Amino acid sequence: MLLFLVLGALIVAFFRTQVLRSTAYALQSDLNRLRPIPVPAPRGTIYDRNGRIVADNLPGYALLLLPAPRDSIRSTLRRLAPVVGLTSAHITALLAKQAAQPNQPLVVSNDLSFQQLAAVEERRQRFPGVFIDMRPKRRYPAGRAAAHLVGYVAEISEEELKLPQFRSFTQGQLVGKAGLERQYEAVVGGTPGMRYVEVDAHGRIVGQFAPRTLLPYVEGKPLRLHLDLELQEWVARIFPDSMRGAVVAIEPVSGHVLALYTNPGYDPNQFVGGVAPELWRQLNADPSKPLLHRAVTGLYPPGSTFKLATAAIGLELGVVDPEGFMPIPCRGGLQYGNRYFKCWQAKGHGFLALPDAIRQSCDVYFYQLGLKIGLERFLAEGTRLGFSRRTGIDLPVERAGNFPDSPDWFRRRFGWKPTPAEALSLAIGQGPNDQTPLKMAHFYAALAGDGSVGPARLAVDGDSVEAPALDLHLSARNLEVLREGLRRVVGPGGTALSASLEHWDLLGKTGTSQNPHGPDHGWFVGMAGPRGGKPEIIVSAILEFGEHGTAAAQFVAKTADFYLRRRYGMPVDTIQTLREHLIAGRPVPWARWQ
Amino acid sequence: MAVIHRLRIAFGDPVLILLVLGLSFFGVAMVYSAGQLDVPDLVVAGVWKMQLLWLALSLLVFLLVVRIQTRWFEWVAIPAYALSLLLLAATLVIGTGLGTARGTKSWIDVGPAMIQPAQFANLATILMLARVMGSWREPPASLATLAKPVTIVAVPMGLVMLQPDLGTAMVFGAILLATLFWAGTPLGLLFLLLSPLVGLFLSFQPWLFALYMIALTAFLYFYRTFFWEAAVIWLANIAAGTVAVPLWNSLEPYQRARLLVFLDPGIDPRGAGYHVIQSRVAIGSGGLLGKGFTHGTQKRLAFLPEQHTDFIFSVIGEELGFFGTFAVLTLFGIILWRLVRASERLADPFAGIVVFGIFGAWFAHVIVNIGMTVGVMPITGIPLPFLSYGGSFLLASFIALALVQRFTAEQGKI
Repeated sequence: MLLFLVLGALIVAFFRTQVLRSTAYALQSDLNRLRPIPVPAPRGTIYDRNGRIVADNLPGYALLLLPAPRDSIRSTLRRLAPVVGLTSAHITALLAKQAAQPNQPLVVSNDLSFQQLAAVEERRQRFPGVFIDMRPKRRYPAGRAAAHLVGYVAEISEEELKLPQFRSFTQGQLVGKAGLERQYEAVVGGTPGMRYVEVDAHGRIVGQFAPRTLLPYVEGKPLRLHLDLELQEWVARIFPDSMRGAVVAIEPVSGHVLALYTNPGYDPNQFVGGVAPELWRQLNADPSKPLLHRAVTGLYPPGSTFKLATAAIGLELGVVDPEGFMPIPCRGGLQYGNRYFKCWQAKGHGFLALPDAIRQSCDVYFYQLGLKIGLERFLAEGTRLGFSRRTGIDLPVERAGNFPDSPDWFRRRFGWKPTPAEALSLAIGQGPNDQTPLKMAHFYAALAGDGSVGPARLAVDGDSVEAPALDLHLSARNLEVLREGLRRVVGPGGTALSASLEHWDLLGKTGTSQNPHGPDHGWFVGMAGPRGGKPEIIVSAILEFGEHGTAAAQFVAKTADFYLRRRYGMPVDTIQTLREHLIAGRPVPWARWQ
Repeated sequence: MAVIHRLRIAFGDPVLILLVLGLSFFGVAMVYSAGQLDVPDLVVAGVWKMQLLWLALSLLVFLLVVRIQTRWFEWVAIPAYALSLLLLAATLVIGTGLGTARGTKSWIDVGPAMIQPAQFANLATILMLARVMGSWREPPASLATLAKPVTIVAVPMGLVMLQPDLGTAMVFGAILLATLFWAGTPLGLLFLLLSPLVGLFLSFQPWLFALYMIALTAFLYFYRTFFWEAAVIWLANIAAGTVAVPLWNSLEPYQRARLLVFLDPGIDPRGAGYHVIQSRVAIGSGGLLGKGFTHGTQKRLAFLPEQHTDFIFSVIGEELGFFGTFAVLTLFGIILWRLVRASERLADPFAGIVVFGIFGAWFAHVIVNIGMTVGVMPITGIPLPFLSYGGSFLLASFIALALVQRFTAEQGKI
């Protein structure tokens, strides 16, 4: 009796467990053995304006550790260390990462080499919880040439994970860290999917990974750029490795950026899958600051290139007659108040009209123009033209120019009231005024067209984004006067004659950026187009320690020439400027000396 | 009919032998399945061959033992009992642990195999008890008469506890109760014998203990016991009540944990409760029809601990579902019922007590082992007869079966 009672009770217990509550236990058994793994989405390909690839994906291998107690993660990492080359510092960092998101698989490496892959697979049994995942790996075909511009991707950091825009991100996920990759993360990033793998009680992955996808990933969308990658690479080619500086090329009217080059740079491909600490240290310690994106964050006194801004303001306000002379001829300087303001040409320029004042870069002419405008109006107009703002280019990092927005600025910054004499310094691009190469190119782009230019833009997707356009409020006649001045700079008696081109009209302005720490920086901002036509490309170049703008003018001329030759289907030549023709001993029938 | 009659005379109850044989081969199959893991464990994977070998040996021994006369077993009880005590004592010195019971001293290494003397001591103790109780002319009326059987059990039980193997020690208790019951001991007396244990458990709840002591006093008063006996029992209960807490504190942490986890498996899901939870998940996820032979995921992925020994029934539950567990429980029910039936029909008191003692032992094994897989019994780590992997127990069980069959065969001859 007792026997059947007890056995009956057991049968009831089994009936309850296996029949009545079976679903709950079946679910628990699935939870036991299935571990979710995020499936990274392939990032969208980035194309330039001609469909050339700026960034795409290669198949890569990532090594992940499934969630497990800290001790077992630690011991697995120790055992992995010799196989995949982890230092104890690595392990500490990885453990910290795991502690931050203990329920996510820990990404040990995002870029496993084939040797490492084989070594791990061979010792599979020894590495519980190790999961090797084929995931797309970013590739930057242009390498150094577009480094700062395109940026790079890397694992999201602890700090970034806390930011609201990365709320949906998980540890180990790749994210754009700089440049376009960062700016357009929402476009090219895609959405990671989720899948399950089967693990045993020791966390070892079993089965054929028959991936049960819970959530398919959404591939990143392609990103089309206005950039001309070939031009960018050309700039990188002609720019001397030893020099520091930047070159920016912009299309007139639209403001589309054709090239945005900074030297020195780095190879973003080396950053994929985690930058080696030695390389990172080396890049940071390098006195030439290769990580600095000079084209958009380098601030340089604009020097004489700013005289066009002074002239534009003067013409807009109507305080200057473009054909008339200034009251005082240039005798090598100008006495104002108790100070004598020198012209760069000690022997003086005499009486000059505006186009020739631009050609000669006569300081005395522009001192007087500055005085005519007056400090207050000068600052107000300069501010309206955006010299104290960012251009709003579609990049995550850009520095605003330094430019006083009002006389009060001096009191806030320096603690004194400015005298009208400040206008003299500012008129020739000195004083408290620093601009980026991008800003100067953007300003000249307005001069090149009808006096206005759209916001500086790298990506087609960025066109809809709100950003300040630039309008000089100048008549076509006044613009032509300014361009005539620029044309004469690269003409007979101009400061950049040696940069003139065989097939194209080159216009531009040299500048010397005074550098208290060493040799002056050389500026050239120019524009070029078919002979007698409108400029079709604007290029600004700064050469640190370049002394004067003539060297920079060569780069601008060569950049514009390369672009225009391709645009008009002409063969590309490396002998482009007048100077190069002369050195190469070629005839220069187009050159006008007088 | 004639053939069956001849078989009955040679091997005893055909139902019993056939069921046991079927169960044993099914056991080998399940041990094979238990070795099929996704990340193969070479030791466990090959263990079914060992089990088959042990089964062959057991059948051989069965055929030999079944030819031995009942009286000879009565005679051999004393030397067998003495030998088993000696072996148990030796185990404490030269014994080793195995598997998850690595920390204990339960096995003796005899070269080709590991022997677990406690499994044979079980049988020897049953024989010894039967020999003593079989000579009783009338049912025991006082606790004093129970002193001898209690001592017979207490010595090997104590030695097994020292290994320590709590589960097997409990089986000794079950054997004592079963044989005493079959020898005609009044239930009241059995209760008095167990009362200190009851007092021990109740002492954790002071007011419950007080209530119990009042009830006990009343019971002693109305159950016409001898005064001194009553006094001893009363004092023993008081003592149990007072030593319980210090005794609890003297338990090994894992023993304490197991008892606590029995009460609430959720206490420590990664530690002591892990076995119960994983076993219950395995059984529960098997559902009505199971995941299929060798296809249990809990087992394949090594979530199930001791899947070829103590938790073989969880594998059955996971892979064969409720139908499997129901069928196996029914088989055990029939086997145990045949044992009770056999002991009822045996005229020889010695034989009857032996058979019922074996019933008590197997019943304890079945209930405690199967109960623990589904979480209604604490985890004590005792094997399931004929199914769990384990040579000594299989051999001892077949020797016990041979005894039962011989007794019934002789009865049939008379």
